[in-house]
Amino acid sequence: MTLLAVERIKLFSTRSPYWCSALALVLGVGLTAIIAASTDNGQLSLGVTQFGSSQLALSVVLVMAALAVTTEYRFSTIRATFLAVPNRTSALVAKTVVVAFIAGVLGEIIAFGSVGMAKLLSPASDLAINTSGEWRHVAGVGLLYGIGAIIAIAVGILVRQTAGAVAILLVWNMLLEGLIGIIPKAGVKIQAWLPFMNANHFLQLGGDNAAEQAGAGIDFKLSQWGSLGYFAGIAVALLVVALIVAKRRDA
Amino acid sequence: MWQTPSKPQSNHITERGKPMIEAVGLTKRYGRTVAVDDLSFTVQPGRVTGFLGPNGAGKSTTMRMILGLDRPTAGRVLIDGKPYAELDRPLQTVGALLDAKWVHPNRSARAHLRWLAKSNGLPNKRVDAVLEAVGLTQVAGKNAGGFSLGMSQRLGIAAALLGDPKVLLFDEPVNGLDPEGILWIRTFMQNLAAEGRTVLVSSHLLSEMALTASELIVIGRGKLITQSSTQEFIDGATGNSVLVRSPQLFKLGPLLVDKGFTVRDGADGALSVSGATSDQIGDIAAANGVVLHELSPQRGSLEEAFMQLTGDAVEYHAEIGK
Repeated sequence: MTLLAVERIKLFSTRSPYWCSALALVLGVGLTAIIAASTDNGQLSLGVTQFGSSQLALSVVLVMAALAVTTEYRFSTIRATFLAVPNRTSALVAKTVVVAFIAGVLGEIIAFGSVGMAKLLSPASDLAINTSGEWRHVAGVGLLYGIGAIIAIAVGILVRQTAGAVAILLVWNMLLEGLIGIIPKAGVKIQAWLPFMNANHFLQLGGDNAAEQAGAGIDFKLSQWGSLGYFAGIAVALLVVALIVAKRRDA
Repeated sequence: MWQTPSKPQSNHITERGKPMIEAVGLTKRYGRTVAVDDLSFTVQPGRVTGFLGPNGAGKSTTMRMILGLDRPTAGRVLIDGKPYAELDRPLQTVGALLDAKWVHPNRSARAHLRWLAKSNGLPNKRVDAVLEAVGLTQVAGKNAGGFSLGMSQRLGIAAALLGDPKVLLFDEPVNGLDPEGILWIRTFMQNLAAEGRTVLVSSHLLSEMALTASELIVIGRGKLITQSSTQEFIDGATGNSVLVRSPQLFKLGPLLVDKGFTVRDGADGALSVSGATSDQIGDIAAANGVVLHELSPQRGSLEEAFMQLTGDAVEYHAEIGK
């Protein structure tokens, strides 16, 4: 508990988490607002309210989580941390828990904020959250952010440099996994096992706009919750590798 | 504000007391470069110990190994009988200032100390106390990135003092400071040692060490050159010599050589005699009716001693691992 408090103090005593959170909120909810404003009143569906949160804002949250680690290396406060807490694994796990939790809360705020924004701009549309699938589609965004933050922190620990970590995360999440689909035949099969694709699969709502949603056209072998578990498994595995590396190398 | 150390270092008394820091065969290799080579030394409480060596000698690497930041290739180093990583709440045993810039520039000085305090179960009033002790109370709410080097150094010292530790490590603490800052840090370190704490301070500034440290650990190219008191170091390395001027040196010279002293030609036709005190030379001169124009003891400087010892151990490459 002490270490969680330490990481909380560290995180909230600098400005970058506030800026990143604000930016994620504006991008996530903002994109929904643009979509809602450009759709005829009454035609908006729940399935399109999460484009901003699950794609655009997610990238900002990944950057925020990576920054939480890379700035520590950049300014050598990681050394001050390891002097205060020689057990590097507990120090880094505490940081991961705090950042993932904040990312999760932020995800819920952005997801439900997007639904609220859509209701406000398109009051005649049916945007009620009733089925378990609809709940998963909206509330699941927080889980996605939390697990995504773990991946970002693991990459941050391994790479140690802000530019490198951010580049890897953005290219991986926004480009690489999508581009692999271009490979004839095999591409789509590979995509079924890529972490962020599975994350999108978890959120899929199906229904009218199924074809517009991320991950459409891929034949996933896992159930939607299975996909989330797979995404989480990859995140934890990456973190374990990062923790082992951090423990072994010179700080 | 400082408590005197609660338990006197009386158990296991050897002639010099129980060492607080003990390095045995410490070695650090980076690929084929050997930064620290089979280094063994001890650091005693109650005095300032200087850790002296030219740039690149391995001082910083050694300090990082003492603190468990770098993993030794071989050997070990114990603080109060334990490796750093096994210390419970390490800031309460060891305070270290390795680099004053190890702070987030957009975090306030107080927030920086607050998370450190929290991590080792120290109350927030310790934060205020150390800020007061180093004179940073007025700027505690300001971001550390805007601090001058002197202020950063004070913040680093505040962090080191946070846990009221009995062991303190400072790496080149006076580098780049103005004379006032240097005097402040020097006095501070001496006061800490006078309170019974163990103070290890590294420097490549020999004159600074002569003023600050009473004990010296001298290294060059990662190897231990000597560990001794500062006085012994100066005496032992240069030897004390006496400058003799006299119109009758042709007569005095052979007499001194007969007595077994080493006689060399000094500047301006004078003689430099080592191994003898000025008293002995004066007596010999008087007994033989030699007129003396000058008889002055020459005390070797730390620089001379250092150059003599490390002359072949200076690393001309860029400093490793800094």
